[in-house]
Amino acid sequence: MRFDFNQLQNWIGEKSRVLDLACGDGTLLKLLADSKQVSGYGLEIDPAQIQTCISRGVNVINQNLDRGLSNFEDNSFDTVVMTQALQTMRYPHIVLDEMLRVGKECIITFPNFGHWKARFHLAVRGRMPVSDLLPYEWYDTPNIHFCTFTDFEILCREKHISVLHRRVVNEQSAQMLGDLAPNFFGETAIYHLAK
Amino acid sequence: MTQSSAPDSVGLVTPFTVQFDEPLRLASGRTLETYELVVETYGSLNANKSNAVLICHALSGDHHAAGFHSEGDRKPGWWDGYIGPGKPIDTDKFFVVSLNNLGGCSGSTGPRSINPATGSPWGADFPKLRVRDWVHSQARLADSLGIDQWAAVIGGSLGGMQAMRWALEYPDRLRHCIVIASAMKLSAQNIAFNETARQAILKDPEFYHGDYQSHDTYPKNGLAIARMIGHITYLSDDVMGEKFGRELRTGSFDQGLEDLVEFQVESYLRYQGDTFSKNFDANTYILMTRALDYFDLAREYGDDASVAFRRAQCDFYVASFSTDWRFPVERSREIVDALIDAQKNVSYTEVESPYGHDAFLLPNEHYREAFSRYLARIETE
Repeated sequence: MRFDFNQLQNWIGEKSRVLDLACGDGTLLKLLADSKQVSGYGLEIDPAQIQTCISRGVNVINQNLDRGLSNFEDNSFDTVVMTQALQTMRYPHIVLDEMLRVGKECIITFPNFGHWKARFHLAVRGRMPVSDLLPYEWYDTPNIHFCTFTDFEILCREKHISVLHRRVVNEQSAQMLGDLAPNFFGETAIYHLAK
Repeated sequence: MTQSSAPDSVGLVTPFTVQFDEPLRLASGRTLETYELVVETYGSLNANKSNAVLICHALSGDHHAAGFHSEGDRKPGWWDGYIGPGKPIDTDKFFVVSLNNLGGCSGSTGPRSINPATGSPWGADFPKLRVRDWVHSQARLADSLGIDQWAAVIGGSLGGMQAMRWALEYPDRLRHCIVIASAMKLSAQNIAFNETARQAILKDPEFYHGDYQSHDTYPKNGLAIARMIGHITYLSDDVMGEKFGRELRTGSFDQGLEDLVEFQVESYLRYQGDTFSKNFDANTYILMTRALDYFDLAREYGDDASVAFRRAQCDFYVASFSTDWRFPVERSREIVDALIDAQKNVSYTEVESPYGHDAFLLPNEHYREAFSRYLARIETE
């Protein structure tokens, strides 16, 4: 299981209504349907991913997030989730507003650009970071709006968004360091937010 | 190897006629005392009768959706690309039922049939039909085939409207509703195209107020023009450009020549119109386009589509095509939004295709794959 899914499951109630933005192959929604009888929809644009969702019996809607969520009513979902996609949005701050309009709560996970390896790449090698988690070159990356945990916290404060929970997750080994100095050692942030 | 013996073809098929003697009360208030529906089926019904799928045809479709009527047939049924062994609507798994709708002109009771009360053809006096009348007659057909519940009701365009109406009129009689390149109601522009097509027929002197059969003629020109108008709207600008461009069929623009110049697209459209007018009935065309215009899924639900869909008990799959401007993606998005609002299970694919409204009949990898997978899932339920 993807390590961010494990954590965010705990913040989703039984039988709640979930909207998963950029749901990929539907793994998370399938997991939540099986473990918590969640009813939900995923939004996705990649044909192959959509096809996998359909095979899994996950409700998938072909919708580009850059088009916004104006077709969804205020507070029509218990939780709006977006995992590892915030950095690919054209207007991440507007997406965040929209998530909190449509959902009573929202959960966002994203890679930390302040992680020491990223800093090392930029500071010492003078190159844009490329890693296992972020395997793209600067010119072909879908990740166009990186932020660090600190940047994200500041955005939440400016928008008066309440942070219900925050977690930093690392692939097993470095979890302790991540807890110690999240913005330096944390790989992935998971935020549980409310208006 | 002939086309009909290809492994992914349903092969040779024979239509049959089902007679209904119980009067059918229509939405218009009139009643059809008796009627016939002509039907084709592909695949076989399983022991617990749970694998039946209903195909609802569009404006000019009929019961012949797949396979061939004879070895010499040049063309298979209208949705042969998607119905057959191993195809999305897999006849190795499903029992597929396809009919010619009431009011049609391919064998089911319609304007060309004899009105038992007068002994002469119904003509323009054939009762005006609405989508729900088709749905009710299809439900009677299901009864006669011993099918209590369809695994899926599937339709494109006008057929999608029937599928949606099924979900509201007989919520416990289908498990899945598949709506392709359709809409919950037509736009003003769409009605305008239909009306222009109808006027071409109505103004043809050979129409005789719909009584052309007793004059031993038919409104050939009007029907051909109606089809030409329709045909333009089923294709995209890009496809027409790619297929014909400004290629000339005859003549030239050389200085000093006054000969008639004919573009390829002109001759193509005329050919389409002529072929259609020989095979289709003008009164049926008027009846079908009116049913299209009148359809409004949510009319009786306070014009609120999510209230309407709350009645449904089935799951939905919706698909639309990027260059379809007759039933544009926005119309399908409205369906999907209403279904989500009504908390129904729905999946939706917006398929990239250059082929306009016709795309739902044509090969397309993503469409085929998504459609296949949806139906494969139904089958394993």
